[in-house]
Amino acid sequence: MKFDKPATNNPIDRQQVVGRPHDRIDGPRKVTGTARYAYEQHDVVPNQAYGYVVGAGIAKGRIASIDYETARKAPGVLAVVTAKEAGNLKKGKRNTAPLLAGPEVGHYHQAVALVVAESFEQARAAASLIKIDYAAAKGAFDLKAAKDKAAKPEGDDPSLDDTHVGDFAAAFARAEVKLDETYTTPDESHAMMEPHATLAAWEGEKLTLWTSNQMVAWGVTDMATTLGIPKENIRIVSPFIGGGFGGKLFLRADVLLAALGARLAKRPVKVALTRPLMINNTTHRPATIQRIRLGATKEGKLTAIGHESWSGDLKGGGPELAVQQTRLLYAGANRMTAMRLAELDLPEGNAMRAPGEAPGLMALEMAMDEMAEKLALDPVAFRLLNDTQVDPEKPERPFSMRRLDECFRIGAERFGWSRRPARPGQTRDGNWLVGFGVAAAFRNNLVMKSGARVSLDAGGVVTIETDMTDIGTGSYTIIGQTAAEMLGVGLDKVVVKLGDSAFPVSAGSGGQWGGNSSTAGVYAACVKLREAVAQKLGINSDEAVFADGEVRAGNRSLPLASAAEGGPLTGEDTIEYGDLDETHQQSTFGAHFVEVGVDVATAETRIRRMLAVCAAGRILNPKTARSQVIGAMTMGAGAALMEELAVDKRRGFFVNHDLAGYEVPVHADIPHQEVVFLDETDPMSSPMKAKGVGELGICGVGAAVANAIYNATGVRVRDYPITLDKLLTRMPDAA
Amino acid sequence: MPTPRELDMNRRDLMVVAGACAAFPATVTGTRAQPAPSGKPVLSEVSFSVNGQSYQLELDTRTTLLDALREHLHLTGTKKGCDHGQCGACTVLVDGQRINSCLTLAIMNPGAEVTTIEGLGGVENLHPMQAAFVKHDGFQCGYCTPGQICSGVAVLDEIKAGVPSHVSADLTGAMAVTEAEIRERMSGNICRCGAYSNIVEAMTEVAGRRA
Repeated sequence: MKFDKPATNNPIDRQQVVGRPHDRIDGPRKVTGTARYAYEQHDVVPNQAYGYVVGAGIAKGRIASIDYETARKAPGVLAVVTAKEAGNLKKGKRNTAPLLAGPEVGHYHQAVALVVAESFEQARAAASLIKIDYAAAKGAFDLKAAKDKAAKPEGDDPSLDDTHVGDFAAAFARAEVKLDETYTTPDESHAMMEPHATLAAWEGEKLTLWTSNQMVAWGVTDMATTLGIPKENIRIVSPFIGGGFGGKLFLRADVLLAALGARLAKRPVKVALTRPLMINNTTHRPATIQRIRLGATKEGKLTAIGHESWSGDLKGGGPELAVQQTRLLYAGANRMTAMRLAELDLPEGNAMRAPGEAPGLMALEMAMDEMAEKLALDPVAFRLLNDTQVDPEKPERPFSMRRLDECFRIGAERFGWSRRPARPGQTRDGNWLVGFGVAAAFRNNLVMKSGARVSLDAGGVVTIETDMTDIGTGSYTIIGQTAAEMLGVGLDKVVVKLGDSAFPVSAGSGGQWGGNSSTAGVYAACVKLREAVAQKLGINSDEAVFADGEVRAGNRSLPLASAAEGGPLTGEDTIEYGDLDETHQQSTFGAHFVEVGVDVATAETRIRRMLAVCAAGRILNPKTARSQVIGAMTMGAGAALMEELAVDKRRGFFVNHDLAGYEVPVHADIPHQEVVFLDETDPMSSPMKAKGVGELGICGVGAAVANAIYNATGVRVRDYPITLDKLLTRMPDAA
Repeated sequence: MPTPRELDMNRRDLMVVAGACAAFPATVTGTRAQPAPSGKPVLSEVSFSVNGQSYQLELDTRTTLLDALREHLHLTGTKKGCDHGQCGACTVLVDGQRINSCLTLAIMNPGAEVTTIEGLGGVENLHPMQAAFVKHDGFQCGYCTPGQICSGVAVLDEIKAGVPSHVSADLTGAMAVTEAEIRERMSGNICRCGAYSNIVEAMTEVAGRRA
């Protein structure tokens, strides 16, 4: 189905199932521990052996020698895989660094070897017996030091280009009120709860991989490239994924090494990355240095908006797209953005939840708060004053739907924003200095091609098959709701099968495109199935109404199941998109409101209240969508207050590479969270009229926390995370 | 959250293991000299019950209770998130108390009564805490969830038993199931999907129902 005209009325609009807060259909399995993740597929293939990964102990250089004779002879050991045994491997196009080192080492904890043994304990013990001598080379590990050598990112992608609209330099020079500040965000880790894990089994030339991957089809393609085997010989199965956040978008070392280990040991092999290996072995969100310049009239109209960002990555990698929201969020005639990329030898930088916008808004929305203060304007009023209904770079191009102003107004009312003291450091509650902060949330809505197959059996059961993944987002449930709505049955009559490359290729889970795109693919397949059903029942499919387990047309009413009496009926299709995302800017919007308390003596920050008001098209399931938003708010709170990969700038690695050193929010850090969704449908996005919501919640929330800390204390910290050591010496007098 | 009671329990358990060879030959056998790293693995027998069923296992002495459950008994509801006590995904109940099963070797638990997520309830007969997690959407990816639920059940028991926490105003008085108490006591169970607000609601509901 080609979606190239705005959606008109369709069966989804009935909202008998879609749009309702159904419990997750996979919920009972998850809460009883019976949902099986990658490392837990004990019964799919017999005789499984265990693999244990050894990571490189240097950041850059060569392996001078590697001695694994002792390890190979250790009890229970079946095989040792190094680059030598692996033979000629190519690199998938989505990996920057090779997944297996040797002899070159590209980053710290890059995989060097896999030990395969009868048991986990044996593999781990033997791995410790491998002796590796390295010839370390000098590397670049310090973004600040490398900043001046950073270059314009290479590539054809227009999102990498410098942008210029009007005359930024002149407008900024003559602006009545100006801000020119630099902000930094640190390297961050996805730190999903389930480590990357894979069980690999060969059957002749055929390779099956039970793994934990957000993008099944990408995994198949990149694995085929890496091993140099046909795609058709690879099957990836990924039914449950214990969190991804972008960290499981791509093929990682567990997949490759499990396959290589299984080939060498002639046994199925399962491999999980150990927690201390994950952070340096896999990808992370790169640190940024961001300079923001704002110029405005005395009345608060922005006349000049400039945003530059510096980030680093391995050679061949890309920049953090931290300026992208600045091109679209606020009006202003004169604007510029630029990104510069430094070559660093730290582990590979890549996408983490809302890449670009998450760190970009942490800077931009703090700058907006600072500018509001310079203008003596309320931060909400300042933002409303510079709102736009069109793409500020191309005024002829409207937003498909943009209700940012309502998000702010409703949020301000609900939060009691009017109680915020304009002057910081004014509100005291016992030992706590109390402050309010606000920030805009903004994230583009991306539409992706997505396929599905839907079948109906004689029992009236509807089964959906698509390689779409559920990484906690609720895909199982919203896909089930979509099919139930389209075919007029209850959710109890729907079976959803996901995450298998044997199924039609979907959008996958990333960039908050999965919910809208994958359900639109299911919609398309259901349209096909409805046609097949109507034809079978001798009904005109244009007139057919599917409801209550029946198909109705005119005076006729037939049980849906009766269409499959002669055998199951199947509909399969793929949703594809025209240019509606080019003629119209499709984005999602929100307003974050945060109240913090900062201890007057210790400068410890506690978040007391959080509210997000979001406008993101049709909300397919308010319960699971709300969970996406509160989860993203939680991750954003971590980014504001605690998350930072500490770089060892001499040896070139992230020092705090486990969950004790890399602090993420825990229960005690997060208060009750409130989320409001505006009631809307966006006919430009898809037949579902939905948009992404999974990343919107993290966008801007870090700045809202930071702005609340400023309002509480009068101390502005532009260097995230805002830990107490950065506040302590500048705190107001405790007395 | 160490409490005097738990510390007592741990000390006794350690002594049981230390003296196991002499005192409990029927339970723990086969202990040999400390092997060289490349030597043969030392296997020991250990018996304990899991979810009411008795098991006698011969295990590598290095096998954690977590791996005994997951890899030997195929009770994979208990999750391995970090394997060194930082995340709480492996939380199970041992003799009614919650522990990180990655931080105890299987052979340190002779005679123990272990309850895992599978023992609390199944898909057709959910435990009230499991049902409340579904209702309040107290999870997303589901990987920390069994640990959260096991911890949640134990936390309500701890509060009922009057075990104080860091946020308890009165260390010896009666404890109440407040949101602050829940957040403090649950902080050893990380949820990266960020379902905390919903988990607190789920636990509060279960506590109310029990009261």
